[in-house]
Amino acid sequence: MVLDDPAARPAPQARTDAPWRHDVKKEDLKVIGKPIRKVDARSKVSGLTRFADDLTLPRMLHMKLLRSTQAHARIRHLDVSKARALPGVKGVLTGNDLPIPFGILPVSQDEHALCPDKVRFVGDPVVAIAASTEDIAWDACRLVEVDYEPLPTVGSVHEAAATEEPRIHDYGVRGNIHRLENLEFGDLAGGFAASDHVREDTFFFEGNTHLPMEQHATLAFFDRDGKLTVWSSTQTPHYLHKALTRVLHPLPAHHIRVIACPNGGGFGGKSDPFNHEICAAKMTILTGRPVKIALTREEVFWCHRGRHPVLMKARVGVSKTGRIKALDFQSYLDGGAYGSYGTASTFYTGALQTVTYAVENYHFRGVRFFTNKAPCGPKRGHGTPQPRFALEVLLDKIAHDLGLDPAQIRLDNLAPRDSLTANFLRIGSMGLGPCIQKVVEGSSWKTRRGTREKTADGWIRGYGLACSSYLSGAGLPIYWNGMPHSGVQLKVDRSGLVTAFCGSTDIGQGSDSVLGWIIGEVLGIDPLGIRVVTSDTDLTPVDLGSYSSRVTVMTGNAAMQAAERAREIIARGAAEHLGVPPSRLVFADARVFDAEDPQKGVSFADAVIAAESRYGTIGTVGSYTPPKTAAKFRGGGVGPSPSYSYSAAVVEVEVDPATGVYRVPRIWVAHDIGRSLNAAVAMGQIEGGVYMGLGEAMMEEMAYRDRTHKGQRVFVHKIPSLLEYKSPSTLEMPDITTYVVEDPDRNGPFGAKEVGQGPLLPIMPAVANAVFDAVGVRVDEIPVSFEKVFAALEAQKNGKPGRYGPDNVPPVDFGDSLKVKTPWQGGDGTAWNEPKRDKKAAR
Amino acid sequence: MLRLPTFTFHRPKTAAEAVRIKCDHGNEAMYVAGGTDLYPNMKRRQQTPTHVVSLGEIGELRSIDVRKDGGVSLGAMVLLSQIEAHPYLRQHYPAFVHAVAEISTPLLRNMGTIGGNLLLDTRCTYYDQTHEWRESIDFCMKKDGAICWVAPGSPRCWAVQSSDTVPVVCALEATVDLVGPQGARSLVAGELYRDDGIQYLTKKPEELLTRLHLPAPGGWQASYVKLRRRGTFDFPVLGVGACLWMSGKTITKANVRLGGAGSYAIPAAETEKALVGRELTDEVIAAAGALAMKPARTMDNTDLDVYWRRKVAPVYVARALQACR
Repeated sequence: MVLDDPAARPAPQARTDAPWRHDVKKEDLKVIGKPIRKVDARSKVSGLTRFADDLTLPRMLHMKLLRSTQAHARIRHLDVSKARALPGVKGVLTGNDLPIPFGILPVSQDEHALCPDKVRFVGDPVVAIAASTEDIAWDACRLVEVDYEPLPTVGSVHEAAATEEPRIHDYGVRGNIHRLENLEFGDLAGGFAASDHVREDTFFFEGNTHLPMEQHATLAFFDRDGKLTVWSSTQTPHYLHKALTRVLHPLPAHHIRVIACPNGGGFGGKSDPFNHEICAAKMTILTGRPVKIALTREEVFWCHRGRHPVLMKARVGVSKTGRIKALDFQSYLDGGAYGSYGTASTFYTGALQTVTYAVENYHFRGVRFFTNKAPCGPKRGHGTPQPRFALEVLLDKIAHDLGLDPAQIRLDNLAPRDSLTANFLRIGSMGLGPCIQKVVEGSSWKTRRGTREKTADGWIRGYGLACSSYLSGAGLPIYWNGMPHSGVQLKVDRSGLVTAFCGSTDIGQGSDSVLGWIIGEVLGIDPLGIRVVTSDTDLTPVDLGSYSSRVTVMTGNAAMQAAERAREIIARGAAEHLGVPPSRLVFADARVFDAEDPQKGVSFADAVIAAESRYGTIGTVGSYTPPKTAAKFRGGGVGPSPSYSYSAAVVEVEVDPATGVYRVPRIWVAHDIGRSLNAAVAMGQIEGGVYMGLGEAMMEEMAYRDRTHKGQRVFVHKIPSLLEYKSPSTLEMPDITTYVVEDPDRNGPFGAKEVGQGPLLPIMPAVANAVFDAVGVRVDEIPVSFEKVFAALEAQKNGKPGRYGPDNVPPVDFGDSLKVKTPWQGGDGTAWNEPKRDKKAAR
Repeated sequence: MLRLPTFTFHRPKTAAEAVRIKCDHGNEAMYVAGGTDLYPNMKRRQQTPTHVVSLGEIGELRSIDVRKDGGVSLGAMVLLSQIEAHPYLRQHYPAFVHAVAEISTPLLRNMGTIGGNLLLDTRCTYYDQTHEWRESIDFCMKKDGAICWVAPGSPRCWAVQSSDTVPVVCALEATVDLVGPQGARSLVAGELYRDDGIQYLTKKPEELLTRLHLPAPGGWQASYVKLRRRGTFDFPVLGVGACLWMSGKTITKANVRLGGAGSYAIPAAETEKALVGRELTDEVIAAAGALAMKPARTMDNTDLDVYWRRKVAPVYVARALQACR
């Protein structure tokens, strides 16, 4: 049932052809596209923003979690009596107190707030203790006695594939396989047979983490009226609300209020419901006192949900001129200890390869394993940076094999705009061509690449290019429902104040400001004068959360609809007051006036009074549901989006041939954003993405210590600290030339598409390609660390192939593929060999 | 966040008073200078003093004095950032100033002191971790445990000398003053250190390092070259301190010390031997560099791959020698 179908409501003015005004001319916009400051900028830079860890309440208790010291073990015995007896301890929770499992996806409700019987990685929470001070809570944790019975540890995809028993979880496909997908679009054998050149390579992308500056914190209070309030650093208050409702049963959903505090960086790492949030909620119910927990940096590494380590095998067939005839792609994901978003992550390692380049025939096989590591999940680019790295490096190799310009081979293969891909993703606007042209021109690519120019200190310069695409929001929600993905309520006050209520969460990307800009544009008022109330499940209509780059498009469209409806009411009132037809009224510069006689008008506040006097209190709503997806096969729900953004980058490296050490002095990056709502903020997102991508490319890794002592294996994160988990400093940050390419898309507000995630994606392959251009060796593995460049150089020196990378994948039986005819084969989006299922299960 | 455990904080006004307080509380007490090393270690429960004796109010430890012979004496509490900005030091001791400027970040150098840096605790990726992390490996012999994880068969600890200034002051043959309950004594810097990850100092725990004396400039050329992953923050995984005494173009004496390659700044004896009596030509530099790593005890307990660190070390030693030209 569709409760809020925008089409079913009266359309304000004639907007049927372009409901989100993508075709509006730049010069007709007053707010959109202007570099005005964010609505929360001054509070942020002056330190007044109150993050979750800044909150305190009277009589507040402090909570600590005791976490597992074992990678995989059964809890034989747990004794909390000494901890409970310590003076100052006010509450102790164990797994028995929170027996209901949870998880972000309905298909993997595999987490417990506290492990009831078994721990699955070093860092898995076992006991929660609240005390009058943080020190007492910490001391009390040391008094807990846990007797573990160690189980064999699973540390990699190879080990997981070889380990049927013991299983880390008792659900999934079989053994330690969590998910297994096998999708075939078109005629692979035919595609390869028609190819003039076929190349196959194996790649590895090590896991890495989000590293937000703000460590997660939660404050919870259960009041005497039986209402629970949870303040938390979360990107997804709605999903946290759902998880709390589930685990705190029978506390009714409407007695639970989740307030997402401003996030000090999220990047996907605050998108799951977390143990500490649930424990804080349970602890306040138990003690009747407010309960606060602020995680340490090390605990943030245990929460993780970051980039999956992915081993990949890719085979591409091309014509003589480099046209892609067939792509066979396999992903082996190291999922860590829990499901998290992993099902979606698995599909995402296969979904978007077809959105940049026209792939005629496509076969995707993906498998996700459980391992005894901190759980992986969504990090900026969710599941797509790994296959993008493989594909972009492979294309670079093919270009060299065929003697083609790596930029040209990409331009020749561009997926057409307004088309369906082999896997039934609907492409709208498509600005990758101009993006490539921008970075090629800006970097003088054609004259500089391949020159191996030497620097003053004898290092060698090289240039690498890569491209990517990302979605502007997932086409489907995480749990199956027919409701809008985003809702906005507007309250228009007789003082002229407009207040926007929305469940969306500002994680620093500027989503609160997006609300202000869009509403300000439609109503002709100063966006900095609009009050934005967001991410409070009691006060604001549901928005699914700040993930999958969905907020600008979905919240933006909902805000636009609510604002247009308010405009219509105000226009009617003002029209009557001024004696002109509503269609002639202009809303601009905080006035409402006659287009034919601009002197004839009233202030925006007076127009509101005119309307409120006639029609009563003014409030409107807007909501957004993405278009129906074209893909109807099982698994087709991951990948569809209202629109796709595009990015291209050229990276310059300077490599020390004696050591493999390299630096990145310059990067040129172009991003097709559809329409830039605010160029300054958009460029901030692009450059932030470049920075994060550079960290992944050069150094970041979730490395594990794997040692055996006295017959027992020790398997723990090697470096869970800000000092030793290496991430680039300002000194590693190159000069960046940023191009904002605008190709307005009909599904976005004023044509806008995403910018938060896409620009990260081309950086990693571009770095690897640049190293090759400089010194002629291939590092088919992320990070492209100094040691790997050196190893490849050594191999080359010794007459072996100048390559560093994996050479095999574990044996996995993927079973029969689901076969889908491509649109150009006359396919309708269904799999022709898929057994019929009821519609609900299909999702 | 990690919390500091509870402790009593002492603020003596003189070095003698500081030594007395330290002696009163024995092993329960530790000196603190800038606190950039001790306090994070205390948060991780690597060091657990219940009495902390601050040197912050001892005025005599804060001076930088140019001696009559042109050499410089620095009080232990001189900030690293003061050294970086000091015109005389910048002019006459560029290698020493460079080593100081390579330490961590500007913020840390505004708190960190030269005395603290000379006495920096040895580091190891099995040791510089929180209490909880170390619990998951059942600890190590440097704190709370029985074995050395990086070399489980070893009877000793292999934590790594990680101060940037130590290889340089050792190569320069600078001297240090110590004050203890029995009075004052002076040592050549190299004699302050021992080849052990736990007992890495010859200084008695109650002895207070008060001053560092740099030799008079002239007749020698020094350099410091640091290998690390990033241009800031990181401790050295190799820090080469070199000092060459010349007569005309001929090297008469060579000190080359390898930091980050073992539990103390190791003398690269064969490199030194290969330099004495020679001129600093490209060939001599390359040959001397290639000999450097023989005495080094590089292990898998710092950042970056251990195999790679061994392979590229000669390149960095050669670059340090080149910088002496």
